[in-house]
Amino acid sequence: MSTTRQIEFRDALREGMSEEMRRDPCVFLMGEEVAQYQGAYKVSRGMLQEFGPQRVIDTPISESGFAGLGVGAAMMGLRPIIEFMSWSFSLVAADQILNNAPKMLYMSGGQFKVPIVYRGNNGAGGQLGSTHSWSVESMYANVPGLKIAIPFDPYDAKGLIKTAIRDDNPVFFLESERLLSVKGDVPEAEYLIPLGQATVRRTGSDCTIVSFGRPLYFCMEAAETLASDGIDCEVIDGRTIRPLDIETIVRSVCKTNCCVVVDQSWPFASIGAEVAAQVHERCFDDLDHHVVRVHSDDVPPAYAYNLEQEMLPNARKICEAVRTVTYNA
Amino acid sequence: MPTMATPPATQKKLAANLPDQTLRNWLRDMLLIREFEVRSMQAYQNRKIGGFLHIYIGQEAVAVGVIAALGNDDPIITAYRDHGHALARGMDPKHCMAEMFGRIGGCAKGKGGSMHMFDKTNQMFGGHGIVGAQCPLGVGIAFATKYLDEVVNSAASSRVTTCFLGDGALNQGAFHEAMNLAGILDLPIVFVCENNGYSMGTSVDRGTTMAHQITAKALAYGIEHASIDGMDVMTVYDGVKPVVDRCRETSRPAFLELRTYRYKGHSMSDPRKYRTKEQEQQYEAADPIDRLANFLMTQRSLAQKEYDALVKEIRAQVREAIKWAEASPPPGSEELYTDVYADVWGPYLGTSRPPMLDEPQQGQT
Repeated sequence: MSTTRQIEFRDALREGMSEEMRRDPCVFLMGEEVAQYQGAYKVSRGMLQEFGPQRVIDTPISESGFAGLGVGAAMMGLRPIIEFMSWSFSLVAADQILNNAPKMLYMSGGQFKVPIVYRGNNGAGGQLGSTHSWSVESMYANVPGLKIAIPFDPYDAKGLIKTAIRDDNPVFFLESERLLSVKGDVPEAEYLIPLGQATVRRTGSDCTIVSFGRPLYFCMEAAETLASDGIDCEVIDGRTIRPLDIETIVRSVCKTNCCVVVDQSWPFASIGAEVAAQVHERCFDDLDHHVVRVHSDDVPPAYAYNLEQEMLPNARKICEAVRTVTYNA
Repeated sequence: MPTMATPPATQKKLAANLPDQTLRNWLRDMLLIREFEVRSMQAYQNRKIGGFLHIYIGQEAVAVGVIAALGNDDPIITAYRDHGHALARGMDPKHCMAEMFGRIGGCAKGKGGSMHMFDKTNQMFGGHGIVGAQCPLGVGIAFATKYLDEVVNSAASSRVTTCFLGDGALNQGAFHEAMNLAGILDLPIVFVCENNGYSMGTSVDRGTTMAHQITAKALAYGIEHASIDGMDVMTVYDGVKPVVDRCRETSRPAFLELRTYRYKGHSMSDPRKYRTKEQEQQYEAADPIDRLANFLMTQRSLAQKEYDALVKEIRAQVREAIKWAEASPPPGSEELYTDVYADVWGPYLGTSRPPMLDEPQQGQT
């Protein structure tokens, strides 16, 4: 009997959440269309049937209200999973998720922990226009007190969501609507992936490419193209932005002496800029070229297919960046 | 569906039937809040307290009367004018004062300040600085008490959460979302709107529609509501107690307007040019502390001598609190990186309880 099977990203998320809800009665799921509708993107399909309406709870379209409700519930010791249909909609709940969730422990002098997971779709790529196409990771990563995880595949989705639910801090869990149907190997047996542990998606010796979440697929595509030109890339999946596993990145850069950072958020004051700064601080003498960053263009996402695609990171842009940093190598 | 009509003002004199000692305790609590606030203003002027300072003088009957109607394990949450609630809930004034002095002995180790009074032992879930932001949190606390009782412990919902807010919060989205969620989800929460007439310098009628009848906001959410004179602690108790009891029984939310008055400015820098001295004097003539003291002296056995002794005792207690706060050291620099995350990683040192929680509790009044 096989101990692994191929399941979709959304099923892996559901398995992770359901396992944790079976394990701990303090875990509940709340959000728009999570229950009766069976999940706007079918992530929570069947969970209402298994856990009932007290633990899988539909809300009205009221992000500030239910994001804050989750914080209050977490202060009481529950472990809420709050689903944003899209992280774009989290902006109207900014005060709750940025002021109340990550600062409560500090403001209360250690009295009130907020063990909460906010999760939902993040990033552009579906021609949804500017307001629905946010990549929130850079903006939110600026705030101390929260953790941010960005799963790459079904295996990570399940392993990271389980850890996030058990974490005693607010965890922002950024999924991608573009990846929910991706299939991957997921073991039957239980496993957890720690927050703050990057993984090497592809080993190589010529250039380190660092990224998070969906753009990693473009990085892998670029690495294949570059390999045929004799440039051997190492692709690192940071997995979490806070904590950032800079050690794994540094180890790789010290080996390859070249680094490209791929980040789907805007370039200005971004996680890409942060990784580049830390690599420069830590690997200054090992670098053959300064770090080059690949971001979304510094413009609002457009609706038109060609403009949106042109704006986002892609394999072509990553190849150009790698050729730039490896030019003298 | 709940009854949509405003419940008739209770004819029952609940407070008048309580033991004398209970009413004397209320008087004590109100006097304590008053004296604490007077001394806080002085300390602010002497630069012992930094940041913003919002004084509760005039509103004492609300915190004391509402909290008297609750059980000891009923959670409360409030906004930034929060010293009165913390003290009425049982926080020792020395921890409250030390918090404002930015000292390790403060309820939040000096990391919260005047606007962020937390007391886990006494079920006080904060002081919150952003107007209206505490309302969704209050709903979450009510959700959790019900969830813990019903889902985790398979018992009946037993606790009522009280969420205090000012009239300024009536115009914030967070308040309206909280009211709607409390109604939709059938949560045992009482919203207590302390209508002191002003959000900073904006009178309630300049900022809020239906200002003459703010309980109409609750009507829109199908939530039981009433308007109560917040300047008389016995009236507050008589109005609030049945609502809290019904909320506990039915697990349905309620909204109460407590009509009160803030004697001082919004904060210490407020010259109060938006209202008249005459108006202030009119409210001060109906002072909640005087009203209860008069009641106890004329209708009960409180002697002037006893009252004077009580005032003296409270002055000494607050003086002691200030001394204690001054003697408490500032938080050590290790506190900078403590309580950022619950766990230890990178530069972060995990979390630690404030010393306040490990002190033996005084008996609650």
